[in-house]
Formats: sequence, structure tokens, C-alpha cells
Amino acid sequence: MKEGNPAHTTEQASSFKMLRAMVGIGLICALLIVLTFQGTLPRIEKLKAEALEKAIFKVIPGMVKKKTYQLDQKNKLSEVSDDKKGGQLVYVGYDENGKLAGVAVAASGIGFADVISILYGYDLEKQALVGFYVLESKETPGLGDKIEKDPNFLANFGALDVMLNDDKNALKNAVKVVKQGTKKNPWEIDAITGATISSRAIGNILSTSTEQWIPLIIKNKDLFEAHKNEKAQQ
Amino acid sequence: MSNQNKNKENAGFFASLQNSPSTDEFIKGLWRENPVFVQVLGMCPTLAVSNTAENAMAMGLATAFVLLMSNILVSSLRNFVPKQVRIASYILIIATFVTMVDYAIQAISVELHKALGAFISLIVVNCVILGRAEAFASKNTIGKSILDALGMGLGFTFALLCLGSVRELLGNGSIFGLSVFPKSYQEWIVMILPAGGFFTLAVWLLIFNAAKARKATT
Repeated sequence: MKEGNPAHTTEQASSFKMLRAMVGIGLICALLIVLTFQGTLPRIEKLKAEALEKAIFKVIPGMVKKKTYQLDQKNKLSEVSDDKKGGQLVYVGYDENGKLAGVAVAASGIGFADVISILYGYDLEKQALVGFYVLESKETPGLGDKIEKDPNFLANFGALDVMLNDDKNALKNAVKVVKQGTKKNPWEIDAITGATISSRAIGNILSTSTEQWIPLIIKNKDLFEAHKNEKAQQ
Repeated sequence: MSNQNKNKENAGFFASLQNSPSTDEFIKGLWRENPVFVQVLGMCPTLAVSNTAENAMAMGLATAFVLLMSNILVSSLRNFVPKQVRIASYILIIATFVTMVDYAIQAISVELHKALGAFISLIVVNCVILGRAEAFASKNTIGKSILDALGMGLGFTFALLCLGSVRELLGNGSIFGLSVFPKSYQEWIVMILPAGGFFTLAVWLLIFNAAKARKATT
């Protein structure tokens, strides 16, 4: 058995050999990745849908039933089937008595490392965010990932004020991130020391998403409630 | 007398095991050249993902799998890859298997994937893997490379488990999520924090080096 690489012994490998090796390995690797991706996709999607379902029930306190609504191009919300994926979706939760319990909205944005996906629950009565959950993040373990665990940070989302202005077309006060310990107003988020960028990212994601969705949700409040009555009568 | 003979026989058996080249490729990674305790490579995941025994186990096995697959591929392509492009090729191969592991772990459990977080992608830059590809697999047969990868991979997993179980036991009062200590046990929170990783690693290195020093003197 000949030991070692012949290329190590020859003075110079030809350009063709180098190219052949790189392209060949590239092809093998691409094939392996695509096969794995295709093979695991159905199960990953199923698990993610289950995790999302769990998260929705977590961010809307007291909800027992869920309906999914999709926003179409004409800025109109309409009910879609529960297993619908993609598009702009909101999840409406109803409590035991069939009363509107809240709306869960998924949002995402760039964090310190890669995209952060979150889910928040909005209570229409209180006009405040009442639940928050990080669906996916690759933030630095021990620092940025505190946005998922830090109890002081999560306490921000017990009742984060997102009240609308008098015209009902925008938020009265945009969601804002402030330095840790300086939170004075109910619409401010107390940042985490040592995870400033991740905290700010969460603030940005929330303020962008709430600016878009909260007026829309309020506008469609009757739709959410009426829909429920129709269903109840059937 | 008979006991002595038995000891001799045992010693002979282990010596033959150690002298047999193929088992040696395997055993060296577990102990004599343990990647964590002796070579002190791959410290980032060692310190960061050893806060619980379960995380340590998952990280260790994921790394071992990537190590095994990359060693096999690097070794089988060793006559095909010119040395000028070898590092680029190894990195490509390692990155491929890490991506595959990433998908596989997502398909196993979302929770586990969340717990391991960014560290799965970081297996790409774990120097144990590139180190074995460059120092061993590129110069040896596939069979030897498999043994080397299994030994190093299990050695890495073993080391992570050593750290993970101690940290979880002291920091959380449990092992693999099962409570061991009575409820009145006051957890040492520091052990599951990053600082605990350094403390635990220091103690293990101390034990390892003390054992080595003792062996050298006798």
C-alpha cells in the first residue's frame, strides 16, 4: 500500500488537478447537503409547526381555541386553514367562553447573529402586549441569548403598552428600548446589560411589527368577533 | 503467586492491545491523546455547551459524527486532493457534514436544537476536526482514519460528559435532568454559568495531570 499523497511528492500540481479536486468535492458536498435538506424537511416543518402552536398558546393567556388569518395584498384579513404556511399570518385566540382572548403575531428581524424570530401576544382589551416568546435565534450563548431567558427582560412583556392614537391609525407611543434600569413609561423596554444589540433588535422587531399590525388588528376586531359568532351558530 | 501470574497475564493482554496498531489508533484518543484533557483543543464548545450532561452528550456526539464522516471522506480523497487546495477542501467537507448534522438535530428535536443553538454551526471551526483531517486522515488509510475518528470523537464526548455531569450535578442538583440531591440542596448557580466551565475544566485537568505525573514516577 502506497502511503501519502502523490501530490506531496511532485513539485507542483497542475491547475487542472486543483480545479478538479475543488469542483469534485464541491459537487459531492452540494449533493449531500441537498439530499439531507430534502430528507429532513417534512419532519422539521412538522416540528416547527408544533412548536409554533405551543408558543401561540403560551403568548395569549387563557386561550383555548385558535384561528388563523392571512393578510392579502389588498391589506385585508381573511380566515385560512390552520396548517397554512407562509404569507403574513396572525393567530387569533379565543377563551373558554368563545370570547376574543388576544392575537398572536410572528415577527422577525436581524439580530446580532442571523435572524431572530419572535412571537408576541396582543390583548385588545388592555391594548398591550401580554406575551413574548423567541421562536428562533442564534444569538451568542451566555450574552445575546438572554433575550430568551432573562426574567427581568421578559418581565417587560407582561404588559407592554401599544395603545393607538386618537385616529386609530398608528401607535400613540412607539415601542422603545431604554438602558437597563431606566424604564419609566409602559411602552419602554428595559434592555439587558451585555446584550444591548440583541435587546435593541427585539425592540426594533417589535416596534416595526406593532406599527403595522396593531392598527390593523383593531380595525378587524369586529371581523374576529363576528367570525366567532357565525361559527358558534353553525 | 497465582494472583501475580494473573496480573502478569492481564498486563500482557493490555500491552498486546496497546501494541496492536489498530486498537492503539482508537485508544489513544480516549486517554493518552484525549483532545480536551491532553491536546486541549476545541475549548469553545467544551466550556460553553457543557452546562448540562444532556447538552454535553449531544454536542459530543454531533462533533464525533462530523469527525468520523470528515475523516472518512478526507482519507478516501487523500490521493485526489493536491496539497495547495487541501485546507479549502477539508473546510468544505467539514462544513457539509456540520450542515447535515444541523438539519438532523432540527429533525430530532426543536428544543435540543434551541439548547445547542449557535454551537452546532460552530463545529465547523472546532480545531479537533480540522486537526485530525490535516494531521491524520490526509496521511492514513480509511480504516485507520475511522478508528482515529472514533477514538478522538468518543474521547471528546467523554471529556464533555465529565464536565457536563459535574456542572449539572452541582449547579442544578441533577444528572440528565433527573434530580439526585434532596430538595433542600442549594444549587451552585455559578457552575452552570460560564465561570463554572472554567472551574470544572481546571479541576479535571488537575486530576488528569496528577494521574499522568504519578504514572510517570512509578
